[in-house]
Amino acid sequence: MTGAVQSSVDRRQELSWVLGGPQGGGINASAELFARALARGGLWVFANIEFHSNIMGKHSYYRVTAAPAAIHSHLDTIDMLVALDEETLFGDAPQRKQYPSHTGHVHEVVAGGGIVYDADLKIDQTRFKRQDVQLYPIPYLEVLEQALTSLGRPGQARKHIVMRNTVALGASIGLIGYDEALVEAIIRESFKGRKAEAADMNVAAMRTAAAYARDHFSVRPRAQLHALPEGERRHHVMMKGVHAVAIAKLKAGLGLQTYYPISPATDESVYLESQGPAHQLVVIQAEDEIASINMAVGAAHMGVRAATSTAGPGFALMSEGIGFAAITEAPGPVVFLWQRGGPSTGLPTRSEQADLQFALHPAHGDFPHLVVAPGDLEEAFYHSFESFNWADRYQIPVLVLLDKFLASSFFTVGKIDLSRLRIDRGLLYQPATPERDGYRRHALTANGVSPRSVPGTAGGIFSTTSDEHDPQGHITEGVENRIAMMRKRMVKLETAAREIPSSFKLELFGPGEADVTLLGWGSSKGAILDAIPALERSGRRVNFLQIRMMRPFPVQEVSAILGRSSSIVLIEGNFSGQLGALVREQTGIEPAHRVLKYDGRPFSRNEVVEGVERALSERQPEVMVSHA
Amino acid sequence: MPEATAARRFTLQEYKTDQHVDWCPGCGDFGILSSIQQAFYQLQIPPHRVAMISGIGCSGKTPHYVDTYGLHTLHGRALPVATGAKLANHELTVVAVGGDGDGYGIGAGYFLNSGRRNLDITYIVFNNGVYGLTKGQASPTLAKGLRTKSMPEPSIQEGINPIAVALGAGYTWIGRGYALDVKHLVSLIVEAIRHRGTSFLDVFQTCPVYNDLRTKEWYAGQDIGRARLQRLDQDPGWDPQVRQPDDLAEVVQKKVRALQASYETGDRLSVGVFYKIALPTYEDQMAEKVPALKEHPLVDLPLDQRDIEGLLRSFE
Repeated sequence: MTGAVQSSVDRRQELSWVLGGPQGGGINASAELFARALARGGLWVFANIEFHSNIMGKHSYYRVTAAPAAIHSHLDTIDMLVALDEETLFGDAPQRKQYPSHTGHVHEVVAGGGIVYDADLKIDQTRFKRQDVQLYPIPYLEVLEQALTSLGRPGQARKHIVMRNTVALGASIGLIGYDEALVEAIIRESFKGRKAEAADMNVAAMRTAAAYARDHFSVRPRAQLHALPEGERRHHVMMKGVHAVAIAKLKAGLGLQTYYPISPATDESVYLESQGPAHQLVVIQAEDEIASINMAVGAAHMGVRAATSTAGPGFALMSEGIGFAAITEAPGPVVFLWQRGGPSTGLPTRSEQADLQFALHPAHGDFPHLVVAPGDLEEAFYHSFESFNWADRYQIPVLVLLDKFLASSFFTVGKIDLSRLRIDRGLLYQPATPERDGYRRHALTANGVSPRSVPGTAGGIFSTTSDEHDPQGHITEGVENRIAMMRKRMVKLETAAREIPSSFKLELFGPGEADVTLLGWGSSKGAILDAIPALERSGRRVNFLQIRMMRPFPVQEVSAILGRSSSIVLIEGNFSGQLGALVREQTGIEPAHRVLKYDGRPFSRNEVVEGVERALSERQPEVMVSHA
Repeated sequence: MPEATAARRFTLQEYKTDQHVDWCPGCGDFGILSSIQQAFYQLQIPPHRVAMISGIGCSGKTPHYVDTYGLHTLHGRALPVATGAKLANHELTVVAVGGDGDGYGIGAGYFLNSGRRNLDITYIVFNNGVYGLTKGQASPTLAKGLRTKSMPEPSIQEGINPIAVALGAGYTWIGRGYALDVKHLVSLIVEAIRHRGTSFLDVFQTCPVYNDLRTKEWYAGQDIGRARLQRLDQDPGWDPQVRQPDDLAEVVQKKVRALQASYETGDRLSVGVFYKIALPTYEDQMAEKVPALKEHPLVDLPLDQRDIEGLLRSFE
């Protein structure tokens, strides 16, 4: 239940690199390539993208944070800014006079940092209003022409203009001094077979640009980043949350994945569909989320592990299906809720932690279900895997609460320990005879769990219903039966609370007793962990309680830990402090301070530091942070 | 369809449960229930190889009275649940049932989209023109201008033509029966279950308590002196079967004839098979992607044995 605070990042060794440009302009490919090259060099990498709900044209940017030690978060400051267009530098105010949506990234660059941009933009350098940063205008097209000429393709720069991204990337790599051979290796892995020609061109563009930048600019940016010596390089797995969850589901024996397209959940289902033929998985695109959940419930009742993935608007449609699964005691499904900015359509491509209370109360009536909220990719993997065991063991729907930040950020993850994983299909009914023998699908038991029969089995015939029903699954409105059935279903929560190991419920990072206890959940875990060293600099002892299981809530454990705290600071990414409300409901403890963020962007490390410092030093009950 | 795979014959009684059937006396649902049980009996499908999936309403209670696996689901959601059940175990005979409000109102999206998939399932709609269990409001099939005795005002919404919708949605077997002509209805249900692909059977059903317009006497045509229900197969030239599924001209011609036959004139209503075509099922196409499904249903595949180390390595 307790873990060491692993973060010991030295800012002087860390690089915060941002590539910005128009959506659809290929910044994802270039930034992910760079991130993979950093991870290949043994560095810890954390890369996250911000983009609009738009297919082409609007501003998006990809931030890659890398360090030789473990990092779990990003900063709002930039060491190296790489711009594909003018908007990345100065924002959209020049185009949208009335309602500019952002002011560009130049002001986020640290003193001594660097800015790579296209010399063809012919920007008057006084517009930057920054004497303290290094400007690196690179003529992207001219460098691309040089690179292509070196391959015997003169005059083709305009034809291959998409590779100006690689030029920009290459220039920045030359300036920060990163190992070009590692970048080349990743490029070659990305363009194999018929695309080998593209590999040659991209490698040439990257290397020519790196050399150009080194040759033309004598002053380097302050932040320099090198691969670790070969012997010290860890073999990092680097993936996004959608991949970690999808692979865990495959390992858990998922049979049917249903989905309706919705940001930011879709990538998970699409990835699973791509793996379907190789791993005997059926993925079906339903006509809406009501169909998605009900298909999954139907499959679960037939004995197949079933899941559906969605975001808040789709989850709203799944409400009745969750209640249906619960009252019919279906073994699942497991519902993956990738939160985004709400309410309603809200902020489709942005991140928020505002669906916790909704996930806790997803449908009418009293019924049992589990809600877990992993905080990083390893937890996402283990919680996703285990959720299917819980669905089978307790015959209840399980909700896994994730968000856009986890979905689409690239993280280096520690080794996934497959030896820990065991599939448990729960209590199955084994008929003694193929004839009817009085089998009762909803038999009353002390722990609430009745042996389930797999349809198709002779001697195991049952029917069940969304109406209240008797142990045989037939409709009844009788009073005694109603009371017994309510108790039978609800006691499963107590059974689950008793049986599920504490490590799935919560973790306390840092000392058992501290001056300040940070309280949080979900994807803000990384920023909170990485903020602790800075918060400890003033000599105060800080620990962090991360809650991972929201229902059943670990009442005793949380009460014990928070009861020892002299000062509690709640940190979460929503307007109302939803975890705070849950903690107060379950334990009666109310955190003295709340650091909240509801701008649709994930917490950065510096936002956590700033929010906690302000809350404590100014004795503020509530501090809102927003730096994005 | 797996027919008569069991070693012994099943009796008709074995398709019935001991549950009290709580429909009103004279309800058309009794005829449909009896027809379903007789169809299973005729086909000798082992009861444990059947999954009956229903929506909500009077018709939704049907699985409680048929002694097979049964899921009595949510209002309008029988088809998605049936879809998931069939994907999980395509060797089961999956029969979805529901009312006209359930299927054409709240479940209309699933009625439409299930036609696109052609899973090998059967969908039977108990069509009585009213919401019975909530005391007789107009359903989506009640014609404009009608006012049953329980409605305060006549309906000013058009009634839909479910056969026409099914033709547009892509159902590969489309039929209509009458709840009180059990012999004909049994033959339709047998054919619908035998059909490989999604079969859709709309059944005219009387609601003696709330629909005082579409009564047994009305269907019998007592007011016009001849039966309103006309069997399509009494026309010797009637041929609903598409012979060349890839011949678009024939498909269109058969659909147009079915569409014409589906429009009620008020004194002539067609029953029988409107349209049928042999096309690959969803399961056939899924098995092309996941060949193991040709040998075993999903529920029997060793999915707990997956090796994911290669996938993890692909992210190094």
